[in-house]
Amino acid sequence: MSLLPFFTWCEKSAVGEAIRNSQWLFPVIESVHLLALVLIAGAVLVVDMRLFGLGLRRQPVAELARDAQPWMIGGLTVMVTTGILLFLAEAIKCYYSPAFAVKMTSLLLALVFTFTVRRKVTLAGEGRVGPLWRRLVAVVSVLLWSGVGIGGRWIGFS
Amino acid sequence: MSLQSFCEWLASTSGSIALHESVWGYPIVESLHVLTMCLFLGMIVMLDLRLLSLTMRTVPVSQVAGRLLPWARAGFAVMVITGALLFYAIPVRAFHNIFFRIKIVMLILAGLNVWVFHSGVFRRVTEWDLDPVLPKKARVAGAVSLVLWASIVVAGRMIAYNWFDCDRQPQPSTVNFLAGCDGNSTE
Repeated sequence: MSLLPFFTWCEKSAVGEAIRNSQWLFPVIESVHLLALVLIAGAVLVVDMRLFGLGLRRQPVAELARDAQPWMIGGLTVMVTTGILLFLAEAIKCYYSPAFAVKMTSLLLALVFTFTVRRKVTLAGEGRVGPLWRRLVAVVSVLLWSGVGIGGRWIGFS
Repeated sequence: MSLQSFCEWLASTSGSIALHESVWGYPIVESLHVLTMCLFLGMIVMLDLRLLSLTMRTVPVSQVAGRLLPWARAGFAVMVITGALLFYAIPVRAFHNIFFRIKIVMLILAGLNVWVFHSGVFRRVTEWDLDPVLPKKARVAGAVSLVLWASIVVAGRMIAYNWFDCDRQPQPSTVNFLAGCDGNSTE
């Protein structure tokens, strides 16, 4: 089944229409989207760096992860909300954009990975997961989120 | 040499033209700029939130700063290089872009904030490291930093939009003044 009818429906939605017709709305929403990205990046990186053995090394991973969690979730909420609005404004463009496909795939993988494997590893007590695995989790997390960021940036270039 | 003629000269160099016209170069530099922003600002935001006691309250501020700032500095170095390259690709347009000018001014203010913080209250950080309520100067520095950097990100994003470009007249005279445009002629 083709997703094109769904994308067309999104593009024709009243919200999409309103954002497209305004000179300011899209840039403003885009800016908020970018600010939320920074917030997620900070909250994710602090923990991933720690998992890798860098940054706040004296702090227990689980504690850092718990501290960063609300900011990550908050950032994600804003990100998804503004992201949906941006999508509604140019759904058809996204349908034909390889960058959008890359971004959505990375996002899906990043979310699943973050709330399953990474969550388990960060909340596990010290020494229960080997340093090599922790590093691997950190690298995968950073790579997946970078894919989301780069994919997003490239939607604008197509 | 005026800034205007410097920018015009810069725009005429072969490197600037090459970057400006490149299919891959410009987007790659821009992507790097965004990616290192995540590293640089991510670290800064976490430190600022710590200064406001909004996260990592059990981690001493000196440790947060000591451990995160080296990464922020590394990220900042790449941001300056990629930012300079982005400017190099479109010097005249950037020079007359109102958002670019706002961004530069706020960058200077952000730098001042860093200087005030580090030469002031941060010198005695070990005395208030784990206080439940941090000194007001530290909280202010964190809040100012968050507001300034958020504005810098927004201004940076807006550089891409040409609403106030010199060749789109008529504009309010304030806009023309701030963007350094001659409202009577089209550039």
